[in-house]
Amino acid sequence: MFEEVGRTETGDLIINIGPQHPATHGVLHLVITLNGETVKKIEPHLGYIHRSIEKMCESLTYRQYIYVTSRMDYLSSHINNHACALVVEKGLQIEVPQRAQYIRVILDELNRIASHLLWWGAIAMDVGAITPFFHAFRERELITDIMEETCGARLTMNFMVPGGTMMDIHPDFVKKTKAFLNFFKSKLPEYHELVTGNVIFKGRLEDVGVLSKEDAISYGTSGPVARASGVSCDVRKLYPYDVYSQINFEEAIETKGDCYARYKVRMKELEESIRIIEQLIDNIPEGEFQAKTKAVLKLPKGEYMTRVETARGDLGVYITSEGGTTPYRIKFRSPGFSNLSALDHMVRGSKIGDMVAIMGTLDLVIPDIDR
Amino acid sequence: MCNVAYGAYAIAKNFQIWDLNIGVLYVSAVSSFAVIGILMAGWSSNNKYSLLGAMRSGAQIVSYELSAGLSILTIVILTGSLKVSDIIQSQETGWWLFKGHIPALIAFVIYVIAITAETNRAPFDMAEAESELTAGFHTEYSGMRFAFFFLSEYINIFIACGIGATLFLGGWMPFHIGHWEAFNHIMDFIPSSVWFLGKVFFLIFVIMWFRWTFPRLRIDQLLNLEWKYLLPISLFNLLLMTVVAIMGWYF
Repeated sequence: MFEEVGRTETGDLIINIGPQHPATHGVLHLVITLNGETVKKIEPHLGYIHRSIEKMCESLTYRQYIYVTSRMDYLSSHINNHACALVVEKGLQIEVPQRAQYIRVILDELNRIASHLLWWGAIAMDVGAITPFFHAFRERELITDIMEETCGARLTMNFMVPGGTMMDIHPDFVKKTKAFLNFFKSKLPEYHELVTGNVIFKGRLEDVGVLSKEDAISYGTSGPVARASGVSCDVRKLYPYDVYSQINFEEAIETKGDCYARYKVRMKELEESIRIIEQLIDNIPEGEFQAKTKAVLKLPKGEYMTRVETARGDLGVYITSEGGTTPYRIKFRSPGFSNLSALDHMVRGSKIGDMVAIMGTLDLVIPDIDR
Repeated sequence: MCNVAYGAYAIAKNFQIWDLNIGVLYVSAVSSFAVIGILMAGWSSNNKYSLLGAMRSGAQIVSYELSAGLSILTIVILTGSLKVSDIIQSQETGWWLFKGHIPALIAFVIYVIAITAETNRAPFDMAEAESELTAGFHTEYSGMRFAFFFLSEYINIFIACGIGATLFLGGWMPFHIGHWEAFNHIMDFIPSSVWFLGKVFFLIFVIMWFRWTFPRLRIDQLLNLEWKYLLPISLFNLLLMTVVAIMGWYF
């Protein structure tokens, strides 16, 4: 058993980062072994925010279980809901109306922008700059306003249901989204000026926490973390769902695998998300926003799996059904958990300050890891 | 403790509590005591975060003291005196920042960087580094004790900026331009205390500005900056200033 107080036999200092610590962005507990300022070993302890969501889902119907999943990766709750709706649609072979597909993808991408904005503010704060956080939240606030108007909630939206969306979009939705995009596009260069090109910021991130392509694959990382190491893994490209197959967008890929590459991938994704929304926002087709479904959904006996790309990576939802109204077993493959597993490998040998930067670029959301 | 340093300050014309003949040395010496407080506070908390913070700040403050001291020396070489009133008097015809040619400018820039580090302000706030060490050396302190640490930090900033204003920006001397008699007269009407405090607050503003804009350096980058760049530059600058002073190349 790991000795949590004091020192190791070799005289190294053991220090607990978390469960309450500003760098962990939640209740993650890291036991790190330090030699002076150098990190020798890092051991994440999980379970502080485990709510047994998978078990809860087993007693909820296929309409109900979606609401619980908003609480996993709460920063991309739309995308979680989307994955859960998709798996039910796959099992029941529900044809989702075009309008619903468009709305879903737009909301997904808005959600992704909001999530990346929060990350951008947080990484700047992790390396010690405070102003970017306020800039990011100024823009994020506009997205949450749009969400509030259409979905009725700002963080855990629960807007996706099997067969489409819960309601139609608000009449102002298109106008406000366009206004946001224009505003945001004018602010992005400011972001790059303030943070991306900053000498100190680059010095903190470049060549720090390098994850090679082989390691990225073997640790099972996904999302921006894997793409920064040169792994092409964007589910939206590889296994397109809803209208992603008709949209023209690029997968952001970097090859260096350091913190700065991960930073650049996410900044590129912000731009790509804007592009995706711009292609869709003017062409939302008329029609139903929800397919006609039965009042009680029963998935036929069998196993179902879908994958979506959340802001953090590849979210898999796996359902085993016995043919009843509730899943027999449900399993979420969350991106944060696999990304966290690579932390020890990346941090070893670097300084405490590097560890904070690496954790920042992993973009961990602890409820997503613990579920 | 830090308030002792105020004694040697010339806040306004003819307003100085103690004009001792090693004034600048005295102020920088007294303000250096801050590191002992931080080290002891961090060590005695019996907390690993505090210990790390204290060790960092010990390494940092001691290193940056060198650059700050050397920048002060460059101006002392120009004026040939450590006495605060003499230094201010020597800037009657113009501030050293403008009169002292390039070496004074370099010294000023290095001085501002060094005092930012010396007073533990971002981007050099390694001792606190809230995202790494929660609050560094004052993690375990709250209430009045915490207030003392913060008070002393801000007093330290004021002292360091006060030295900067005295050495480079002419203390309480008003801003004069050569033979623009009318302009100079208007400038003379502004009280000398306003001049001094204005300069100090300007420097404090610059330091706060850094704090809100820049990310924090890593500890090894911080020490590299001092030992590999700032210290050699300020040593060379000192040499340059000596040549300038001997040849009388300043205005």
